[in-house]
Amino acid sequence: MTATARSPKDTAAPQTELQLKMLRQMLLIRRFEEKAAEAYALGKIGGFCHLYIGQEAVAVGALAALKDDDYVICSYREHGQALIKGISPNAVMAELFGKATGCSKGKGGSMHLFDARKGFMGGHGIVGGHVPLGAGLGFASKYQGTDKVTVCFFGEAAVNIGAFHETLNMASVWKLPVIFLCENNRYGMGTAFERVAAVTDIVEHACSYDMAAELVDGMNALTVYDATRRAVERARKNSHPTLLEVRTYRFMGHSMSDPLHGVYRTKDEVEEQKARDPITHLAQKLKEDGVMDQAALDAMDAEIRAEVEEAVKFADESPDPDPEELYRDVLAD
Amino acid sequence: MPTLTYRDALNQALREEMQRDPTVFLMGEEVGVYQGAYKVSRGLLEEFGPKRVVDTPIAELGFAGIGVGAAMGGLRPVIEFMTWNFALLALDQIVNSAAKMLYMSGGQIRMPIVFRGPSGAALQLASQHSQAWESWLAHIPGLKVVAPATPADAKGLLKSAIRDNNPVIVLEGEMLYNLKGDVPDGEHIVPIGQAEIKREGNDVTLVCHSKTLPVALKAADQLAEQNVSAEVLDLRSLRPLDEAAILRSVRKTNRAVVVEEGWPHVGIGAQVVDLIQRDAFDDLDAPVQRVTEADVPMPYNKHLERAAKASPEKVVAAARKVLYLNGD
Ligand SMILES: Cc1ncc(C[n+]2csc(CCOP(=O)(O)OP(=O)(O)O)c2C)c(N)n1
Ligand SMILES: [Mg+2]
Repeated sequence: MTATARSPKDTAAPQTELQLKMLRQMLLIRRFEEKAAEAYALGKIGGFCHLYIGQEAVAVGALAALKDDDYVICSYREHGQALIKGISPNAVMAELFGKATGCSKGKGGSMHLFDARKGFMGGHGIVGGHVPLGAGLGFASKYQGTDKVTVCFFGEAAVNIGAFHETLNMASVWKLPVIFLCENNRYGMGTAFERVAAVTDIVEHACSYDMAAELVDGMNALTVYDATRRAVERARKNSHPTLLEVRTYRFMGHSMSDPLHGVYRTKDEVEEQKARDPITHLAQKLKEDGVMDQAALDAMDAEIRAEVEEAVKFADESPDPDPEELYRDVLAD
Repeated sequence: MPTLTYRDALNQALREEMQRDPTVFLMGEEVGVYQGAYKVSRGLLEEFGPKRVVDTPIAELGFAGIGVGAAMGGLRPVIEFMTWNFALLALDQIVNSAAKMLYMSGGQIRMPIVFRGPSGAALQLASQHSQAWESWLAHIPGLKVVAPATPADAKGLLKSAIRDNNPVIVLEGEMLYNLKGDVPDGEHIVPIGQAEIKREGNDVTLVCHSKTLPVALKAADQLAEQNVSAEVLDLRSLRPLDEAAILRSVRKTNRAVVVEEGWPHVGIGAQVVDLIQRDAFDDLDAPVQRVTEADVPMPYNKHLERAAKASPEKVVAAARKVLYLNGD
């Protein structure tokens, strides 16, 4: 029994259209997160706030392989996935600001973005705790006879959590249509994965659960898209789960309270990784391919900046939740 | 009215609800092929098949979480824990996922899930297998907690729990599964949040739930022989608590003893006493007494175990104390 760990070469002919869309989406996440950092510094956003800068290609590539009604469920580092699953920048920013117009009515915050109608089943704050929830969504889809697929995003540190292993086992035994997408950004807060994991190639864990798996370059949105597409097909056609280990890197601190590189990694390492910036690379490629020039890129960027600016304005001007909201939605009728 | 055991009453509730609603399914260890560790799910695999009666590996955290996810996806899972001692492994999913999903999603995601199984001490199962967790679970906003003491309540409360759109904890009494009683056929519903007077009386209120109901009833018999008329109030639901019923009874009897299976420190009884002192202080003729399990891990030795548990004798002594009949 072996995990099919490989770096795939068989990319589908990358369409220009798709690449432009992905570039735009990655840029939207980047600019959104930069604004969130600014707003945090101004005290407009409170609590924990985990930025996605550096990892944009993962959410964008993976979600490009999904249909609108597929499920996505995430950890607390989920601003990117939420935006790409179709929650408006206004509603996400308003949620970060804790406003009534936020996608969770201001009661979830950065770590708990939700839009059930869009199939965005939340950001969850307990490391690894949402991995079984992802399997449960897959269980429900299979039970109901729909062909929905669930993608469950989690960080590499969640692989050391029991819930991850219990869930992969059951997902494999019950053949659930779920993609377990591990975003390996090498660190759980300040702990390098190799310091706390006996097996550092996460794909290898799939061997224990007789599950298909792929090791994926997470700095390339197209590569992530292709790997996810294959996993989606396995899930949708045969109801087979997949473990994807997507290697990526976060350019910012763990959360807003963590300095850029901290004591657990060197400035050089961060700079080296920043040279692999997925946005710069895709933009460069599209320019080389003659798909767009600098002027077109600048125009795209300007448009996105305006959109994000508008989201900040919307969040700022939105009302706080009603005082009665405190006691609402503890229980359903 | 048919007479059923508590076990069969639960079985009937599960069967009827699974017949009524195709989104209801049962998941847990040994629920299918083995017919249930305590045979509560007897015959269900045969009737509903493996899609709806799902045997799991021994992975409480994992399958509780899969249940929560399935509820997010529109199903009505009934998650059976072989006993609540093992559900400790699943508390993260019950507390951090199920209880908060509606609130932290701003009201978007309902959580119609039941977590059920036997709770509390049976006989000589020693420390790790003899625990009553109701005060832990009832502490948590976003959960409902019920603890039926009779076969009829077991059926009616489980049916309510399955139909509820919130996570409901059903604490079954391991020592009650063989208890027989009248159980109405078919549509018998006991609303969550309603206590019931199981025996009327005037001199003292014995507040109890689950396995302490038979204890309180025996104590009431013994008190009757001493010319004390005890009212036995079965809470049935621990969250929400039927505060009105407690206050009504105490206002009538002016004295109360709270009997529970759990440990004394921060127990359910402490919550009941808090209510009584605040809202019925002027009606009280004596400080409220509590009878609980001894504040120790449960010992194996049967004499020590008996000494640790709430008993009719302890309840009688406490009742005599609030009636000032002990000469002290
Ligand atoms: C069970 C649990 N333990 C500890 C924490 C505190 N904590 C929050 S994030 C984090 C690191 C997680 O790292 P990883 O899973 O790799 O995700 P990343 O932050 O890199 O996206 C820790 C320890 C938590 N939220 N949950
Ligand atoms: Mg990480």
